Amino acid sequence: MKTARSIAWARRRVALGAFWQGYRRDREGLFGLVVLVVFATVAIAAPLLADAEGLSLTKATGPRLAPPSLAYPFGTDEDGRSVLTEVIWGSRISLLVGLAATVISMVIGTLVGIGSGHFRGFGGGVLGRLTEWFLVIPYLPLAIVLATVFPPDVPRIIAVIIVIGVTSWSGTARLIRAQTLSIEERPYLERARALGGGHWHQMSRHILPNVMPLVLANTTLTVSIAILAETTLSFLGLGDPLRMSWGKILDNAYSGDVITSGAWWWALFPGLAVVLVVRAFNMCGRAIERVLDPRLRELA
Amino acid sequence: MSLLDIRDLHVTYRVGGGGLPAVRGVDLTVHEGQTVGLAGESGCGKSTMAGAVLRLLPAGTTITGEVRLAGDDVLTMSWGKLRAVRWSAASIVFQGAMHALNPVRRIGTQIAEPILLHDAKATPKTALRRAGELLERVGVPAWRAQSYPHELSGGQRQRAMIAMALACSPKLIIADEPTTALDVMVQAQVLALLAEVVEEQRVGLLLISHDLSVLSASCDRIAVMYAGRVVEEGPGHELFTAPRHPYARALAAAFPVIGDPVSRRAPKGLPGDPPDPRELPPGCPFHPRCPDVVADCREVDVRLSAPDNGRRAACVHTGGVR
Repeated sequence: MKTARSIAWARRRVALGAFWQGYRRDREGLFGLVVLVVFATVAIAAPLLADAEGLSLTKATGPRLAPPSLAYPFGTDEDGRSVLTEVIWGSRISLLVGLAATVISMVIGTLVGIGSGHFRGFGGGVLGRLTEWFLVIPYLPLAIVLATVFPPDVPRIIAVIIVIGVTSWSGTARLIRAQTLSIEERPYLERARALGGGHWHQMSRHILPNVMPLVLANTTLTVSIAILAETTLSFLGLGDPLRMSWGKILDNAYSGDVITSGAWWWALFPGLAVVLVVRAFNMCGRAIERVLDPRLRELA
Repeated sequence: MSLLDIRDLHVTYRVGGGGLPAVRGVDLTVHEGQTVGLAGESGCGKSTMAGAVLRLLPAGTTITGEVRLAGDDVLTMSWGKLRAVRWSAASIVFQGAMHALNPVRRIGTQIAEPILLHDAKATPKTALRRAGELLERVGVPAWRAQSYPHELSGGQRQRAMIAMALACSPKLIIADEPTTALDVMVQAQVLALLAEVVEEQRVGLLLISHDLSVLSASCDRIAVMYAGRVVEEGPGHELFTAPRHPYARALAAAFPVIGDPVSRRAPKGLPGDPPDPRELPPGCPFHPRCPDVVADCREVDVRLSAPDNGRRAACVHTGGVR
């Protein structure tokens, strides 16, 4: 029997199929997607690809600062650990922190953006000023201060996720606010008010579905910013000292005098991993935009 | 008791630093099963009246007078009571159905919206079923509830808006230019549908339009507005065929009579624009455009005359009150 639900699901499948048809024709997006799938697989299958023992300082077996070879494809670091093992295990933390921080950032950004666009007067003004305040404060000092003053009993990795989340939402909020302001003027919002809908009804039923494409497109860009932020904080020694991430490898390499010792492999490979993932997320984001936005589709 | 009773309504918008008087003392009554038309040019205050009935005007607008919806004064009502009254006591058919429907949500869920908001017992499932029934009621196949607004034709969208207006079985429906941007055939169908609803469900209908010929065909009574005031009021057909106020006469004459060569060769319009509400001319606000202007018109602010066979006009020539 055809119920309303089964029809709805059939429609969704068709819409998804059409989206995929458009997306697979986009070379750049496809390349980004393949890169992301590879990194995600590596992160998930880390225990199968590299022994976690290889991260331990005391149990390291390799020679000190050996250049890339068959046994150690990415070379070894100062303590004889394989850089490949570190990059593989680091991908877990970098991707996890990047994605989790993005979720926090998008939720805060969307809520504040819709709120400041919807409420006129005092409440909206306060939210708008708050967004501007976070926009003008230099991002890095704020993140450093927050990471430093975070209560020590909170696991470090959670602290890093929260710090990145609460410092990176302001751009999203401003974007969503602008879109909300334009939707607020549409007659269907007046209709929603006329039929007795309250603020929550107007925001959740009418504004949110209309800003959602913008939120999704912005998410892929925010992920790359969050991964870079995680790398930066770890590089500055504010990350989780017990867990290996790409930023942590770079930090180790820097303090281990990678430049004077000429061990280029120690910094190059984690750096390349960061660049590749960030680039891949940007490529996917732009491809999604091209597929979803009819105006861009015509140009292609 | 009348469904809608408006007494001495004044609405002043806040524009920049000053005030813009859009409605300046209007009385209007709508009874059960009655269709009342409100005519006038753009900017005469018609749509402001519609907004005032459900208190939908922007914040900062000054509203005085009385708007009684089934006896309750809308203007002094608490916010919670007002939200409950909106749509359940009076609903609005907006102009431009395309824009009054959210483009990213299905027709059915949008019609179900007021049901879910006002009926505590309704579940999403029952509300959607009711939405389908309402669509059938207005002549749109029920499966269209699954469609998005852009998949419907203009006439179907306007029908869907009427279905939405009926969702909470209100006693009063306000139709604000329901047929603008529709072709003549569809316009006739939509008006016939509204008339049918009035006939069957005994609702009161306040029909707002700039098209006097449309109003005369479907209204029991018509009020013609100019510069925020009613300048003539009377039974629908009579007002169209024998208007008394020069402005109503100009509005009625603006529509050519089919088969009459005189009106075809010399279409009658009204020169000039309606006055700026912030700088109304002294005396009768219509006098700068009036073909029958006399000296009194420039000095005396004429008000509606006492009813004479149900007809009133605000003109010195027809016994308007000074």
